[in-house]
Amino acid sequence: MTAKKFWSWLAVAVAAVYFIVPLAATMEFSMRMRRGTYSFDAYRSVFSDQRFAETFSYSVVMALITIVVGALLIVPTAYWVRLRMPYLRPVVEFVTLLPLVVPAIVIVFGYLRLYNSSSVLPLTNSDTGTNILLVFGFMTMSLPYMYRAVDTAMRTIDVAVLTEAAESLGASWTTILFRCIFPNVLTGVLSGAFITFAIAVGEFTMPSLLNRPAFGPYLALIGANKAYEPPALAMIAFAMTWVSIILINITTRLQKGAAGAR
Amino acid sequence: MAATQPLLNRRMITDWLGIAPFAIFSVMFLIAPTVYLISGAFVDPNGNLTLKNLVDLFQPSILAAYIISIKVSAASAIGGAIIGFALAAAISLGGLPSWLRSAVLTFCGVASNFAGVPLAFAFLATLGRLGLVTILLRDVFGFNLYGAGFNLLSFLGLTLTYMYFQIPLMVLIITPALDGLKREWSEAASVLGATPWQYWRMVVIPILWPSVFGTLLLLFANAFGAVATAVALTGSSLNIVPIVLFAQIRGDVLHNPNLGYAVAFGMVVITGISNFIYIWLRMRAERWQK
Amino acid sequence: MSYLELSHVQKSFGPVKVVHDFNMSIEEGEFVSFLGPSGCGKTTVLRMIAGFETPTGGTITIGGVNQNGLKPNKRNIGMVFQAYALFPNMTVAQNVAFGLKVAGASKAEIDARVKEMLDLIHLGHLEDRYPYQMSGGQQQRVALARALANKPKVLLLDEPLSALDAKIRVSLREEIRAIQRKLGITTIFVTHDQEEALSISDRIVVMNAGIADQIGTPSDIYNRPATRFVAGFVGTLNILEAKVENRDAGTVRLGSRSVSIPPSQLNGSGDGAAITVALRPEALSLSKSPSSDVTLDGRVTSVNFLGSVIRTRMDVDGQQVSFDMFNNPGLQPPQIGEMATAHFKASDVLVIPN
Ligand SMILES: Nc1ncnc2c1ncn2[C@@H]1O[C@H](COP(=O)(O)OP(=O)(O)OP(=O)(O)O)[C@@H](O)[C@H]1O
Ligand SMILES: [Mg+2]
Repeated sequence: MTAKKFWSWLAVAVAAVYFIVPLAATMEFSMRMRRGTYSFDAYRSVFSDQRFAETFSYSVVMALITIVVGALLIVPTAYWVRLRMPYLRPVVEFVTLLPLVVPAIVIVFGYLRLYNSSSVLPLTNSDTGTNILLVFGFMTMSLPYMYRAVDTAMRTIDVAVLTEAAESLGASWTTILFRCIFPNVLTGVLSGAFITFAIAVGEFTMPSLLNRPAFGPYLALIGANKAYEPPALAMIAFAMTWVSIILINITTRLQKGAAGAR
Repeated sequence: MAATQPLLNRRMITDWLGIAPFAIFSVMFLIAPTVYLISGAFVDPNGNLTLKNLVDLFQPSILAAYIISIKVSAASAIGGAIIGFALAAAISLGGLPSWLRSAVLTFCGVASNFAGVPLAFAFLATLGRLGLVTILLRDVFGFNLYGAGFNLLSFLGLTLTYMYFQIPLMVLIITPALDGLKREWSEAASVLGATPWQYWRMVVIPILWPSVFGTLLLLFANAFGAVATAVALTGSSLNIVPIVLFAQIRGDVLHNPNLGYAVAFGMVVITGISNFIYIWLRMRAERWQK
Repeated sequence: MSYLELSHVQKSFGPVKVVHDFNMSIEEGEFVSFLGPSGCGKTTVLRMIAGFETPTGGTITIGGVNQNGLKPNKRNIGMVFQAYALFPNMTVAQNVAFGLKVAGASKAEIDARVKEMLDLIHLGHLEDRYPYQMSGGQQQRVALARALANKPKVLLLDEPLSALDAKIRVSLREEIRAIQRKLGITTIFVTHDQEEALSISDRIVVMNAGIADQIGTPSDIYNRPATRFVAGFVGTLNILEAKVENRDAGTVRLGSRSVSIPPSQLNGSGDGAAITVALRPEALSLSKSPSSDVTLDGRVTSVNFLGSVIRTRMDVDGQQVSFDMFNNPGLQPPQIGEMATAHFKASDVLVIPN
């Protein structure tokens, strides 16, 4: 008993060292900017950089668009598959798992070949076109998480019963979808949304290869050219990850609470 | 018959219309690009069927990239799996206070998502030439890390860095499996005369191996596809597959687009195989959890 | 000295004392049930016997050997858990063989014993099934076979039937009892179902808040409850407040009536003392019979049809009294709100010690 506890504490302690030391070192490094004393100069420098605000807001906007478009695509699909075409579920599930198999770099490579300026659909010719491509790229990357979250939420409410009840009250199918289904799977959508947000804001490969002024490529650029700002940015990114994980935890807890109350 | 046919068809049409947006999306932005690259791997620049691109993957520079990639991915997956398992076992079975358990799990949620460029920055600040640990070792212990042959931009450095998201991922996936071990099983084994080791060998390991091995493969695929950390950490100084592919997309460094497709195809094959075995093993593992 | 002895056994979890001074002796081959409400410490006592919990005081001996400090895997005890305790990665046969295998038995020995055990529980044809392919009742039978395969000194069953549906519960408890008789194995059976305990036990321990309130045969427990708790927990007794009128004559005042009971029951209570008496529902009847000598009048408050019996409840001077009638098609049950008279024998009145 005590031996077991001893080893458990030891494992946690060793892991804690491995995980905390890099964070402490990053923090320390980020405060070294002013010679001879610790300061937050690097953070000041980061926040006063015009491109930080620009790229960050660009990525946030892209992420939000991805979330909205993704939810509008995935909620009706998951609903439709559950309600009308259950025999398609294995296929749809397989497709939603594909992005785990095909790395993002391969997918974006395909985009560049399929939608380049000499193709039938030259999306990369204009900024808008490339932005659209990027949004769809983010959507594919978050597809496994978004679909799972929404589908799980739909399992806890019985969509078929809900739909029949609404139909018997004379509701049209748009009413059913937007008034009954969406609000009930909102927690699922939200937890999928936070994961999407975390993926999209920090993503490097896709925007970099699509030449978009996003936050990920900006980070890499700073990393290549500056000394003290990169660790400051790493700390900021770490803090943002914390916030999104906490938000995800809160929404999943809400979801469980809602399911438990049923 | 003739009267029911159109009705049936109309229902079928609405069914398929409902799924059409998703079908169009996945074909255009997921399946077609992948299929395009994969088929491109099997033709030459003039469009003739060939296996030459795949054979060319075995030229020394590309093969070396695959080998180092596989080595880093495997090492970080195995290291991550072992340490992650120990950590998960500690919080699940070790009788630790419950606040510690939830603290570890929440932290793992964060750390498993803390990848990409910022992670590279963090390790540069830690183990880079001017990193805190490097300096402390030099100034306090008089040990010159880089003089001893360590380099963050190497197999070891990359492995150490990747484990920062591999360990938490392992903890997050395997803790539920460990929690699924019923207390009654260990008690039943023990009243039947088994030692703790016999219980692990005859019950725990057979139950857990599909999950553990499957997660190992997932970690492997996860590391293999990780581009951002590698690019940000090593620039192009370390020749691993994602970096080769990144450079190829940027500027056709291989001077043969179809060879580029083959490199991508090779990546999909490797991550694909590991992911499919993972999913298959996971389904097997879930059998016990009923 | 008995085969299994618990003397002055105590258990505290931190500051909370869960088992107080627990004493009992069990003879070899005896079938003893622990009966009590949830949380009274039944499982804790069982786990101390198995060695999963260390008593904070007292001793446990099996066959004269003090078990204190012995690890569970050195005690040779068989245990069946409430549910889900079969190893999910092993077939039925492998589960039953587990104990023999870790004990290092030869293959031939194991095969013969497994076959014998599976025949005992009538599941020989399912030996290659996995637990998830079997019903709860079948799983519990396999768990029993597994526990018995090593010929344990004592068999402990912790509510083995509580996850099963009512029908299987009855047939399986009889099967367990039959197997126990056949093997002559000393057995402790934990349950919170009084009917279960009454129907299969040699003796019953009624537990209440970490204490053994009464230890006795089923008929002792049912007919002569030693405490008010036992009387209330076992069976559905009518508990009535009464006052001693004349101790020597054996008269007590029950509501507005005076009732004569055997004076020997009143030991200890002086004239005028408040006492508690109990009447089993089946001791009361609406019709007068030659032997009934006391009556209670009251207003009927409810009539419940329970299948073979009809349970009527009436209000007697503010106290609730219920009684049973056997059902038959010609029976005219009383109506709610009517006045009724219940007849019983004075000798059926039980005085409950306080
Ligand atoms: N490990 C433990 N730590 C603290 N308290 C415990 C522990 N195990 C049991 N208890 C407490 O001891 C008391 C007796 O528990 P026990 O499991 O023996 O009850 P029981 O009679 O078996 O009840 P049930 O019929 O519900 O199984 C309970 O109040 C329980 O909360
Ligand atoms: Mg219990």
